[in-house]
Amino acid sequence: MTATPVLHLHNITKHFGPLVANDAISLELRRGEVVALLGENGAGKTTLMNILFGHYVADEGTVEAFGKALPPGDPRAALEAGVGMVHQHFTLADNMTVLENIALGTQSSWSPRFDRATALARIRTLAADFGLAVEPDQTVANLTVGERQRVEILKALYRDARVLILDEPTAVLTPIETEALFATLKKLVASGLSVIFISHKLNEVLAISDRVLVLRAGRLSGERETKGTTRQELAALMIGQEIAPPAIAEATPGPVLLECEAVCAAPASGPVGLESVSLALRGGEIVGLAGVSGNGQTTLAALLSGIHRPRSGRFRIAGEAVETWSPAIALQAGVARIPEDRHAVGTIGDMSVTENVIAERYRSPRFSRHGFLDWAAARGFAEELIRDYDVKCPSPEARVRLLSGGNMQKLILGRALDPDPKIILANQPTRGLDVGAISYVHQKLLEARARGAAVLLISEDLDEILTLSDHVCVMFKGRLSPPSVRGERSVRELAELMAGHGMEAA
Amino acid sequence: MRLEPKSAPSLAATLAYPAGAILATMAIAAILVLAAGASPLSVFALVAKGAAGSQFALLETLTRATPLIFTGLAVAVAFRAKLWNIGAEAQLYAGAIVTVVLGTGALPLPAIVLIPLIMLAAMTAGALLLLGPAFLKTRLGVDEVVTTLLLNFIMLLVVSMLLEGVLKDPMGLGWPQSERVIAEAKLPRIVSGKRLHYGFVIAVIAALWVWVIMKKTALGYEMRAVGHNPAAARFAGIPVNTVLMKTALLSGGLAALAGFSEVSGLKGNLTLDLSPGFGYTGIVVAMLAMLNPLGVIAAAIFVAGIFVGADAMSRTADVPSYIANVMTATALLTMVTAIMLTRYRIRWR
Repeated sequence: MTATPVLHLHNITKHFGPLVANDAISLELRRGEVVALLGENGAGKTTLMNILFGHYVADEGTVEAFGKALPPGDPRAALEAGVGMVHQHFTLADNMTVLENIALGTQSSWSPRFDRATALARIRTLAADFGLAVEPDQTVANLTVGERQRVEILKALYRDARVLILDEPTAVLTPIETEALFATLKKLVASGLSVIFISHKLNEVLAISDRVLVLRAGRLSGERETKGTTRQELAALMIGQEIAPPAIAEATPGPVLLECEAVCAAPASGPVGLESVSLALRGGEIVGLAGVSGNGQTTLAALLSGIHRPRSGRFRIAGEAVETWSPAIALQAGVARIPEDRHAVGTIGDMSVTENVIAERYRSPRFSRHGFLDWAAARGFAEELIRDYDVKCPSPEARVRLLSGGNMQKLILGRALDPDPKIILANQPTRGLDVGAISYVHQKLLEARARGAAVLLISEDLDEILTLSDHVCVMFKGRLSPPSVRGERSVRELAELMAGHGMEAA
Repeated sequence: MRLEPKSAPSLAATLAYPAGAILATMAIAAILVLAAGASPLSVFALVAKGAAGSQFALLETLTRATPLIFTGLAVAVAFRAKLWNIGAEAQLYAGAIVTVVLGTGALPLPAIVLIPLIMLAAMTAGALLLLGPAFLKTRLGVDEVVTTLLLNFIMLLVVSMLLEGVLKDPMGLGWPQSERVIAEAKLPRIVSGKRLHYGFVIAVIAALWVWVIMKKTALGYEMRAVGHNPAAARFAGIPVNTVLMKTALLSGGLAALAGFSEVSGLKGNLTLDLSPGFGYTGIVVAMLAMLNPLGVIAAAIFVAGIFVGADAMSRTADVPSYIANVMTATALLTMVTAIMLTRYRIRWR
């Protein structure tokens, strides 16, 4: 490792109104190293990267790439200086091929001809050198999430990036894909590139980085060589205190509250539907559904939420066959839903907290009479949830858009769990949340389990599934594996199932 | 150039940007006035005088504002639920046709019964007219901007057909106009001898009624939720398609009242020039009011004032009254820009 800084952020400070998003943060990235940027959501990681890329202008401080200062507020400058970024949410054109996506924007719109052969050769070389297997002529819409991420990385390399920034890259990957990504990153740094790896997962940070910078509440709370630090130390730097794993009481299985038998369904969104899925949820138990995103979980969740219908198969709630089905009927039947996307589906960002918390129950006598809403009661309910679920917001009138992800999720939890539901569908309930909020969500789900509710937990976080679930199923290409009880299958076995091995028998 | 969302628009900004929009409109109009060879300040003074300078001018402005309140409300209600009703013009004519059909002697009833009956029938006609596009939108995903806009032309041709056919006034000397409504179907004048009629009062009541619906009722809540985020509304169990249908009924009914009030309160009969684009101007009114039902009253009076004032001005100054059309059209553009600026900030590069 040489000591040339390829990237130098110096004393970056950024205020948003009274909030200090970044407080005098300095970061030096050297050639051929992986620096992990660790911190909870809202710690200032994204703001810092947005400043590096000129999306925000820092109040104070400078950014230098390869010894040259980047002009503030110019997103092109960082790209031209050789800094590439792979966002958490991919920025690919779905209807174009891999090759087109990678080459997109690399030549002037006025040039008459696209040198496809050269581009293809270059992509193949890059892909081979760094273990980024993708088929250049495949349409992006047909790719798995892991493949899309490889395309994003290739896109940056194709533009001669010397510094690669990865924002929560493993959030959407299987354990096996994560290993492949890490292998790629190791090859990249071996060839002289530098990587900034943004994450809040301690294991991964320890596995891949050379150095760790920990952010907490906008401040740099510590900088450690990865070799000389421990998981505990990093966790303490990140959240200020250690959070104990939840204590899990012995399960007391109750009656079957929700049952699917050989249910087939067309895809609710995306390519994968359900193929002969059988599933039984018992009261007092948490069933974890593991699997790589895009294997039919969305369809299953849509089905149980009431926004999708099965094509065939039997579907029973508390022993009674479901004939008509809609979100309103699901709610009436006592199904609480925590949706995957809290911004697009879970809340209405431009409406107030009060207006959001009554969304599922505004027709109930508690909140309306003869078609007129009782706003005082609604506000009271909002205040109750804000208090009981520890939601940090200025007032019940605040627009939900202004809430942080964790607080938004607490609001959704409160809305869903307040009526003491019998069945709880939690789809990615902790995605993108910080450690404190995650432990809160887990605690609430366990409380519901103790009350005798049946919980279906859909998650891409295997740790979460293993910690909470009494039974674990794996979903692959619309099929469901038989359940295994807590501790029956090893992580390795589950990972194999997630990759589709052994699913034929299912 | 990029747009960056603002976290929360301040009250000052919410007030300052619309004011800026009106100033920008005047600045752009001033250029045209200069081009016509007149002094902008004196022309604006004449417009203001013509709109509100006397009792006559003021009453004339309120008379002109009446149909604009109805169409403005129709648009405001629909746009709140993101149902893009561009067809208030067609719904207005639907209301006018019904008024003429029922009001020219077909129903010999006293005014106290006849007028509410005609209003109800007119609203039903307008509502049904918008139900078609709403149905196509919710079931087949047909863009309602296209269907409602094109229905305006279809309705105008239907009116033309009726006025040359079954509704033609036999005493009309061959003009394409309908018979006049009977006395029992006429809305009385508010000030005797002046043109302002009780349609204005009905319009203000309608605005209050719509305000109550939007703020206080479950339906208003549903409409706003569907407008802001249909996916989340659907997930929460709000029947999105039903809400859009109800919105269409309400919006179409309100627009039809404009046609009723113009025939029954002012013109007395149906002609092809009953509406000089009140349906389209309703869009300007609704946007200026930022879709607030009570704001629609003020916005309609403001826009009506520009038209009435420009008419008066063109009689004295050598500037065509078309400047009013330019000003209202410009006001729509500046207002849409202002609304965007209250929510986003522009970053150059």
